[in-house]
Amino acid sequence: MSATTKLTATRLNRLFLAGELSAEEIVEAYIERIQAVDGQVGAYLTVTAAEARERARKLDARRKAGDTDLGPLAGVPIAIKDNICTQGIRTTCASRILENFVPPYDATVVSRLQAAGAIIIGKTNLDEFAMGSSTENSAFQVTRNPWDLSRVPGGSSGGSAAAVAADLCAAALGSDTGGSIRQPAALCGVVGLKPTYGAVSRYGLVAFASSLDQIGPITKDVADAALLLSVIAGHDRRDSTSHPDADRLQRIQLSGDASLSGVRVGVPREYFAQGVEPGVRQAVEEAIAKLRELGATVDEVSLPHTEYALDAYYIVATAEASSNLARYDGVRYGLRAEADSLLEMYLRTRQQGFGLEVKRRIMLGTYALSAGYYDAYYKKAQQVRTLVIRDFEAAFRRFDVLVAPTSPTVAWGLGERVEDPLAMYMADILTLPANLAGLPAISIPCGLSQGLPVGLQIIGRHFDEPTVLRVAYAYEKATQHHQARPALGQ
Amino acid sequence: MSREYEIVVGLEVHVELATKSKIFCGCSTAFGAEPNTQTCPVCLGMPGTLPVLNQQALEYAIRAGLALNCTINKYSKFDRKQYFYPDLPKGYQISQHDLPLCEHGYVEIDTPEGPRRIGIRRIHLEEDAGKNIHAGDNIASAQASYIDLNRCGVPLIEIVTEPDIRSPEEARAFLEKLRSILIYAGVSEAKLQEGQMRADVNVSVRPKGSTALGTRTELKNLGSFRSVVRAIEYEARRQWEALQRGEEIVQETRAFDEERGITLSLRSKEEAHDYRYFPEPDLPPIVLTDAEIERIRAQLPELPDARKRRYMEAYGLSAYDAGVIVRDKAVADFFEAAVAAYGKGAEGAKTVANWVINELARILNEKNAELAQTPLTPDHLVGMLKLVDAGTISGKIAKDVFAEMVETGKSAEEIVKEKGLVQLTDEAALAEIALQVIEANPKAVEDWKKGKATAAQFLVGQMMKATRGRANPQLANKVIRAKLAEVTGVTNE
Amino acid sequence: MAISRAEVEHIARLARLGLSEEEMEALTEQLGRILAHMEVLRQVDTRDVPPTYHVLPLQNVLRTDTVQESLSQEAALRNAPQAEAGAFKVPKITEG
Ligand SMILES: [Zn+2]
Repeated sequence: MSATTKLTATRLNRLFLAGELSAEEIVEAYIERIQAVDGQVGAYLTVTAAEARERARKLDARRKAGDTDLGPLAGVPIAIKDNICTQGIRTTCASRILENFVPPYDATVVSRLQAAGAIIIGKTNLDEFAMGSSTENSAFQVTRNPWDLSRVPGGSSGGSAAAVAADLCAAALGSDTGGSIRQPAALCGVVGLKPTYGAVSRYGLVAFASSLDQIGPITKDVADAALLLSVIAGHDRRDSTSHPDADRLQRIQLSGDASLSGVRVGVPREYFAQGVEPGVRQAVEEAIAKLRELGATVDEVSLPHTEYALDAYYIVATAEASSNLARYDGVRYGLRAEADSLLEMYLRTRQQGFGLEVKRRIMLGTYALSAGYYDAYYKKAQQVRTLVIRDFEAAFRRFDVLVAPTSPTVAWGLGERVEDPLAMYMADILTLPANLAGLPAISIPCGLSQGLPVGLQIIGRHFDEPTVLRVAYAYEKATQHHQARPALGQ
Repeated sequence: MSREYEIVVGLEVHVELATKSKIFCGCSTAFGAEPNTQTCPVCLGMPGTLPVLNQQALEYAIRAGLALNCTINKYSKFDRKQYFYPDLPKGYQISQHDLPLCEHGYVEIDTPEGPRRIGIRRIHLEEDAGKNIHAGDNIASAQASYIDLNRCGVPLIEIVTEPDIRSPEEARAFLEKLRSILIYAGVSEAKLQEGQMRADVNVSVRPKGSTALGTRTELKNLGSFRSVVRAIEYEARRQWEALQRGEEIVQETRAFDEERGITLSLRSKEEAHDYRYFPEPDLPPIVLTDAEIERIRAQLPELPDARKRRYMEAYGLSAYDAGVIVRDKAVADFFEAAVAAYGKGAEGAKTVANWVINELARILNEKNAELAQTPLTPDHLVGMLKLVDAGTISGKIAKDVFAEMVETGKSAEEIVKEKGLVQLTDEAALAEIALQVIEANPKAVEDWKKGKATAAQFLVGQMMKATRGRANPQLANKVIRAKLAEVTGVTNE
Repeated sequence: MAISRAEVEHIARLARLGLSEEEMEALTEQLGRILAHMEVLRQVDTRDVPPTYHVLPLQNVLRTDTVQESLSQEAALRNAPQAEAGAFKVPKITEG
């Protein structure tokens, strides 16, 4: 098996620019690896081999012609979660309703990746419309955890996390509405970063919950996460919720300083109470001890409204989703069920096109917004959201970052939770508060429990990705956890 | 039994704003393009696309609010109004629900009882839907519908009045005044034939003297002022007659059948409206400062009422005349340009006003045309007036020349030259004609002999006829009297 | 808090979501459980707490009124399940 696919994006780019590896060689190595292994993992819904080869040839030609402005991701194969639009390439959201949808436009992040020289290698599996925590809600296929093929990769960016963990791409993009980047990254033993809301353009990200969604990188290490962030972040006029401060993140630099002296780390008490497995707790506590060792001051903090965040989140997320998914009506694109009348066409199209979890959330969200229930549900949830935000504001007056487990558990068995939506929703309990508050948060590997990866979550202030990444990078350099890789196909 | 009843009407008027591009994307708003050639991923509601508010649409909406005497809210936001319809790509319309841009305004209209204020409850900004084209004659018999999304996303303001309107005529007066103000303010062209201004009408009736509001019905999407008047007339009578029979009015939406002039209940919907409004997460709120509002107020063009007062004060026009002129901004602009070019101050303004109010209005009315659809310019009118002043043509001929100018766009001089309309002022030539007329009308001559002075007027008329109006009337009068005296020996005063 | 079968049917109709008999039953039960869980929010005192609709304090995000190129008719209709005569075609509209 080629060593090429084990390399980080940063390293691949350096080797390509130095002429030590051609883009074609890199792409072929990944295609070979995908052909060998993805049959077991199921990470990809679409592999864009032809387009990737074509682009590799062009990059090689440009490099040979002496072009020195090839970009910080030149030659790097990147996988894109299939809810991010790619011009001319099927974008399905793992839903029957968009099975044959070919967008006539690129998401802003895709344009930015391409401008940085990246090679799109394929589109990855997800829970339908990013609704889920195990990737089992895909209408098309199961994605398996590369560490244990009988287990879920987490979700909803399970395809992207599994692809990075199994060396099926150098790095990937995911989207995170309630933990959908960080939780699968934790369960697959890779790095997942959810940037500040407004840091990365949502233009071209198929909306699940507009006030919570954010695109971010899933990578093999922290340096790659910083690199991808610097490429995809930035103000975008096509997204009205994109923030001008986002441009600062394009100049993000990781400090070589291994010390965390002066960094104040808060440990939210409530994040260790809610059904956190002992093995997870132990790994995270060891990681916290490591941070202290590196010079950080560590203290406990309370975020008292945490216990209400889950319900508030599921109301806000489903309400927005019920609205965002109204456009799938069989008129302009996507699936249409034949019927004699318009009403029947709507009912059948949406019945056949959406899976059960999507239906459940559309129902819940429609209920929460319907006449007579708006104040008790949607408005109440957004008020509780304010309280959750205030908790964070108070905590960030004392601390620079907060650390906690990413997921209360390690990867669970396929099928174990599909019958119990509430148990599945609990999987996001430690990640969704950062979405409610729009805060940046990263998950990095911090060891194994029962032979499966555990993620350490680091949450920061708005647009303070530099501090979040600094802590993550210092921890990563001081430990070997990020180098642990599944044995799959080695 | 039948006591008198009073009509209570409130209007919801949708007006397209005159932006070049749509409200949330860069597609053109131009009218009349091939179907689905002015769409993009955003206005097609494709997955992952996002709206960005057109700054000009916002400014026009604020300007409309100021022109309609509204308070501009310093904080307003957008909401999603959710319903399924094939002309609504996203499954929701981006509109404003509980925090509209403008509130508490009014429009003053003229009624037979004097001026009256119609309250404006609110004005909000929203996006237009697309257009459904039904195959077959009507919705009911169509087997399929066709959707054109060119209009989808064109910026609209919705103007909601208080239920202050008391008759179909007041509704028309309100709509005409509203249209005029919006055109003066430059926020909309309000072209009715292009559907740029459409009204929903809420109608209820109550016994005269009562202050309670009756149950109302809503008449949807009326595209002409005439339909509004007819629909209200019919619907009010229908409601009153139903009440007289002891029936109850059902609160419902009704359609107006233009051909039959009646309103019909739309089949009641599967469920009552539940638009599930919630704040649009894709658009941050609009926050305005006093300075910004004042900047827009300062740029507000002169509105029809102000212009009317100015015409009365500066030119001494009557309220009626000034009112007629300012009603249509294009006409008022024409009037002002003509007055300026004519250069005779208030006297000249009155002359111009006469032509505008009488001849121009009559011709446009006959042709059912707008001024802009004719080639007539202020220079045309001024050139003609100068020919009259110089005695080159008579006032009577001038009317023909004017009509010809409106028709062909030729100058008065050209027309006069081409048609040989120059006034006859040659006394010898007129004397010749006078003799012919006297010979041809012996009865009139007899009358003259009997002392009837009016016979001269009759004979002047005959001279005008013989010269196809070209004879100078004063001169003709002088000549005919001289000739009659000469022929009959009788002089009459 | 339980949700009645009739309410589930009403919500499904509002959302234009066709549901099979099994789905209807399962959803009635599951939504009931989820809504019961959400009752916990009632405990939170939110008097005088403003709702958060946007987490960042952005305002007045505007674009200039310039016309950008639209899609061609062909591109606009390319993904359409049914198109005819330059328009999207849908079954007859029987509802207001
Ligand atoms: Zn558009």
